[in-house]
Amino acid sequence: MSDITKQSLTDLVENIKNKKLSSSEVTKAFIERSEKSKVLNAFITEDFTSALDKAKKFDQKPNLDLKLPGIPMAVKDLFCTKNVKTTAGSKILNNFVPTYESTITENIWSEGAILLGKLNCDEFAMGSSNETSFFGNVQNPIDKNLVPGGSSGGSASAVAGQLTPITIGTDTGGSIRQPASFTGTVGLKPTYGSCSRYGIVAFASSLDQAGPMAQNVKDCALLQEVISSFDSKDSTSIDFKRSHYSKELTNDIKGKKIGIPKEYRVDGMPKEIETLWQKGIEYVRDCGAEIINISLPHTSYALPTYYIVAPAEASSNLARYDGVKYGYRASGDNLIDMYEKTRSEGFGAEVQRRIMIGTYVLSSGYYDAYYLKAQKVRRLIKNDFDEAYKKVDAILTPSTPSSAFKIGEKTNDPVSMYLNDIFTVPVNLAGLPGISIPAGHDAKGYPLGLQIIGKAFDEQNILNIAFAMEEKINFKNKISDWWIK
Amino acid sequence: MSIDLKTIKHISKLSRISVDEQRAKKLVGDLNSIFDFIEKLNELKTENVKPLTSIAETTLKLRSDEVKSKNIREQIIKNSPQDNKDYFVVPKVIE
Amino acid sequence: MSKKSREFLINRRDNQYEVVIGLEVHAQVLSESKLFSSSATKFGAEPNTQVSLVDAAFPGMLPVINEFCVKQAIKTGIGLNAKINKRSVFDRKNYFYADLPQGYQISQFKDPIVGEGKVILDLPDGQKEVGIERLHLEQDAGKSVHDLDPQNTFVDLNRSGVALMEIVSKPDLRSPDEVSIYIKKLRSIMRYLGTCDGNMQEGSLRADVNVSVREKGSKEFGTRCEIKNVNSIKFMQMAIEYEANRQVDLIEEGKTIDQETRLFDTKKNETRSMRSKEDAHDYRYFPDPDLLPLEVSDEFVNKLKNEIPELPDDKKKRFINEFKLSAYEATILVSDIEIAKYFEEVVAKMGKNKDMKLAVNWITGELFAVLNSKNLEITQSPVSAKNLAILVNLIKNGTISGKIAKTVFELMLKNDEDPQKIVEEKGLKQQSDPKALEELIDKIINNNREKAIEYKQGKEKLFGFFVGQAMKASGGKANPQLINEILKKKL
Repeated sequence: MSDITKQSLTDLVENIKNKKLSSSEVTKAFIERSEKSKVLNAFITEDFTSALDKAKKFDQKPNLDLKLPGIPMAVKDLFCTKNVKTTAGSKILNNFVPTYESTITENIWSEGAILLGKLNCDEFAMGSSNETSFFGNVQNPIDKNLVPGGSSGGSASAVAGQLTPITIGTDTGGSIRQPASFTGTVGLKPTYGSCSRYGIVAFASSLDQAGPMAQNVKDCALLQEVISSFDSKDSTSIDFKRSHYSKELTNDIKGKKIGIPKEYRVDGMPKEIETLWQKGIEYVRDCGAEIINISLPHTSYALPTYYIVAPAEASSNLARYDGVKYGYRASGDNLIDMYEKTRSEGFGAEVQRRIMIGTYVLSSGYYDAYYLKAQKVRRLIKNDFDEAYKKVDAILTPSTPSSAFKIGEKTNDPVSMYLNDIFTVPVNLAGLPGISIPAGHDAKGYPLGLQIIGKAFDEQNILNIAFAMEEKINFKNKISDWWIK
Repeated sequence: MSIDLKTIKHISKLSRISVDEQRAKKLVGDLNSIFDFIEKLNELKTENVKPLTSIAETTLKLRSDEVKSKNIREQIIKNSPQDNKDYFVVPKVIE
Repeated sequence: MSKKSREFLINRRDNQYEVVIGLEVHAQVLSESKLFSSSATKFGAEPNTQVSLVDAAFPGMLPVINEFCVKQAIKTGIGLNAKINKRSVFDRKNYFYADLPQGYQISQFKDPIVGEGKVILDLPDGQKEVGIERLHLEQDAGKSVHDLDPQNTFVDLNRSGVALMEIVSKPDLRSPDEVSIYIKKLRSIMRYLGTCDGNMQEGSLRADVNVSVREKGSKEFGTRCEIKNVNSIKFMQMAIEYEANRQVDLIEEGKTIDQETRLFDTKKNETRSMRSKEDAHDYRYFPDPDLLPLEVSDEFVNKLKNEIPELPDDKKKRFINEFKLSAYEATILVSDIEIAKYFEEVVAKMGKNKDMKLAVNWITGELFAVLNSKNLEITQSPVSAKNLAILVNLIKNGTISGKIAKTVFELMLKNDEDPQKIVEEKGLKQQSDPKALEELIDKIINNNREKAIEYKQGKEKLFGFFVGQAMKASGGKANPQLINEILKKKL
C-alpha cells in the first residue's frame, strides 16, 4: 500500500485490524520517511531499531482488540520513557536515561502503540518557537526557515511532516495549540487533572497538561481516550467519568451555545485572523449552533499573570537539576561552586531567565506584590470563564494572534515572543480544555488555527464542535515535502 | 520599579546560577522589559480576592501507609555523575 | 548565678538577667512508609536502600501524601490540647543542599495542620503551663557524610522524605531544667500516643532552641538566637547555659546581639555562628502546586479523638484518686508509658488485698536501682510485673519479711523466677508459729539472765539485743512482729 504515512491514525488502525497492513510495514514507512527528514530536526532521540523489533513482535502475535494496535508513534521528549534517553530539550539532562515510564506513555504502550523516538521541544517546554532547545531549532514542514511553534515544536513538525501518525505534547501556556496552529494540525489541551503528570518533566505544575496532537479531530479524540486516566500517583489527577471520546464523537452540535469573547479582538491583530474568526463563527452557525457575544474582562491580564505563576513554579521545579543525582555536572571547587557552574552551563538562556524571574517574584519582600497578586488575578480570570459558562457551552477564539514566524525573528525580544500565547494562556490559568484546529491560510499560505475552549471535563463537547467545524472547513495542509526533494 | 545589577546578582545567587558581568547586564535589560509588562497587574484592585492556589477541583487524596518501594539503590544511583555504588558523591561541603 | 528550684538567673554586677527559651522540636512520625512516598522508614538501613524515585527527586516524580502520617499529626495535636485545623496547606521551602534532592522541602508554612495548644509541666514546686504555637508536617532531609573521603561529601537519602512533626512552643520556658522537663513531657505524650518513639540517639527527636535574655522583670523580649539541631537534652541544657551567658556578656559590654542561627559545638561546649546558612536565608515559600490543600472532616478528627488513650496527665490524676498515691509518686509512674503499664500490671496481679505503697516503693526503689545499674529499659526488666506482684504480696501477708524479700528479689533477677517457689525451695518462709517462737525466746532469756534483769531495771536499750538474738537463732526467718510481742510479754 502506497503512502502509508499520509494515512490518518483512524485509517491505519482500520488497515491493521483488517490485516491490510502489518505493524512492521507501517513502522518501516514512518522510519523511512523520518530518515529522509532529518533536516527538520524533529527528533532528539531515534529508537528505530527497537521500534522495528517491537513491530515484528506485534505482527507475530497481533492483539487487534487494542486501541492503537501496532501503531508506531514518536513522543515529545518531556515524557520519561524507560531505558530511552529523556532530555526535556536540555543539556542538563543530555545523558539522562529514566528507569521508569510516564503514566501517559504507559497507557499508550499498553494499547499496543510502539515508540519511534523522542521529539524535539523547547528546553523544559519554555518557548514558543522550539528555538530554545539545546538540540537545535526545528523546521516547520510548511516552509523552510519557519518555526513550527513551541514548545511542542518537534511534535507538531513530526505530525505535519508525517514522521509520526499522531503524537503527544504538553501544554503549559499554549505549547500544544500554538504549534498545532502553526503547522496546520489539530492539538488538544485537556482539562487540568485529566491526564496524569506522573513521569512528565515538570515545567509549571499548576498549568502543565499533556495532550494529543494529530492530523484530524477524530485521531485526536482516539488518542485522548487512551491517555486520559485517573492516576493515584498524581495528587492533582481527577477522578471523573471519562467519555469514550472517539466513539461518542458527533458532528451534531445543533443548539449548542458558542461564546465569542470581545476581549480577544486585540490591537494589532492581523486582518486575516479577524476574517478567519468570522468564518469560524459562520461555520458553527451553519452547523446549527447559536452564537452569543460574551465578555472575559480580565483577558489582558492573563499573560502578565502567567509570566509570574509559571516562572515561580518553574524556579522551584528546576531546583532538582543540581548535578548531584543525575544529568550534567560541571566540576567545582566545592558544593556551591559546583551547583552554580552546573546550572549556568547546563541551562540555556531562556530557562535561566525564567528561573530568575521566578526566584525574584517569590523572594522575600516581593511575594505579595507579584506571586500573591498573580494568584488573585488568576482567580478573577477563572471567574470570568465561570460567568461565561453560565451562558454558553463553549467559546470560540483564534488560536494565535499571527501565523508562524521566521526562525530567529523574535529570539531577541522575549516579550514579543511571549505575546504569541495571548489566546492560549487564559485557558491554562483556568484549567480548562482547549483545542486548536486548522481553519485556513494567510496570504503567505501559512496555516491559521481556531481555538475552541470548553468547560472543565467537557472535552467531548469541544471535540464534537471541532469535528463539525472540521467538516465545514475542509482544510488541506499545503505541504510540498520541500525538505525531501 | 526597576531591577538593577545588584538584584540580578542576588537572585542568581539564590537560584544557584552563576552569571558573568556581561550576562548579568543583559539580564537587567530582559527582566526590566518583562517586569514592565507584568506591572499591568497593578491596574487591578485585588484586596478582597482570594488567591487561587490550585486549579484542580478536588481535595487531596490520601494513600495508605504501606511500603511499596523496595531497595532500588542501583537504579537510583545509576544516573549519578560521580561513581560510587552506595552513595551520591558531591564536592566537599564547607559548613 | 543563683539557682532556686525554678529560677535560672544570671547575675552580673548589679544586674540580674532571666533567659527566655522557645523550642522547635522535630519529632519523627512513627510510620511504615514516608510522608510522600512509599519507601520504608526503618532506622539503620544500608545507605540509599530506602530511597524511591520520589525521594531522590527524579524528573516527573510527584508526592502523594500518607494518610497515617496525617492521622499521627492530628493525634499528637489532640494530645497537646491543640486546635486541629480542618484545612491545611503544604508549602515548598526552597534552598539548595546536597541532602535535599528536590531543592525544596515540603513543609507547612502559613496554614499548619495543628494550631495553638498547651502542655502542663510538673515542676518540683508545682505545675507550669507551656504554650504550643503550632505543629506542622514536613519532610526530613537526607544525610551528608563528611568523613569518608577527604575531597568529597557522601550523601545518603534514606531519611529523605521521612515524615516529621515540627512542634513549636511559645517562648514560655525560663531555664535549662524546664527545657528538660518540657522535652521529656512532650516525648512522654507522643509515646503514649504511639506517634513518635522519642529516640534521641537515633535522631527521632531533635530540637532547634531559641534563646534570648532580658533583665529580670522586663516585659520586652531580647534579640533571639536560634541554636540548630541539638539532639540530646544534656546538649540543649549546655547550649542554653552557654548561649545565655554569651548574650548577657554582650549586653554588659554594651554590644548588640545579632539575630542569627548558631551551632552548638559539643566538643568545645560553645555555640558559634553559622554564616553559611545566612546567605541562603530567603526560602521563597509558596504553596506546593503538586499538592492540594489537605482537608479533614469533623468525622475524621472525631474518630481519631476516640482512639486517644489515657494520657499522662489523666493517668496521674487517676493514680492519685484511685490508688491514693502522692503527686510525686504518680508523676514518676506516669512519666513513661511503659513504666505506667508495668505498674498497672503489678497492681492488677496483686489481687484484692493489695499494698499499693509497698508496690510503689519496690518499683521505684529496688527495681529502678537494678534497671539503672544494668542500664535497662523497663520493658527489658529482669523481673516481670507478675512476679513482682507476688513478691509484694508475700511481704504483705507476712510470709516473708522485708529483709528476706531483698534476698528473694536478688534470686529472682537471674531467671525471673517465681518468688513463691524460691521461698519454698530455700526455706525462707517466715517463722510465725507463736509456740515455737516462745520456746526459742525462753531459751534466750535463760541464757542471758543478767541482761534480762538489767532490762527490767530500766535499761530499755537491751530490748534490741534480745530481738537480735532471736532473729539470729531463727536464721533471720522469725516474724519480727511476733518476736516483739513475745519478748515484751516475757521480759
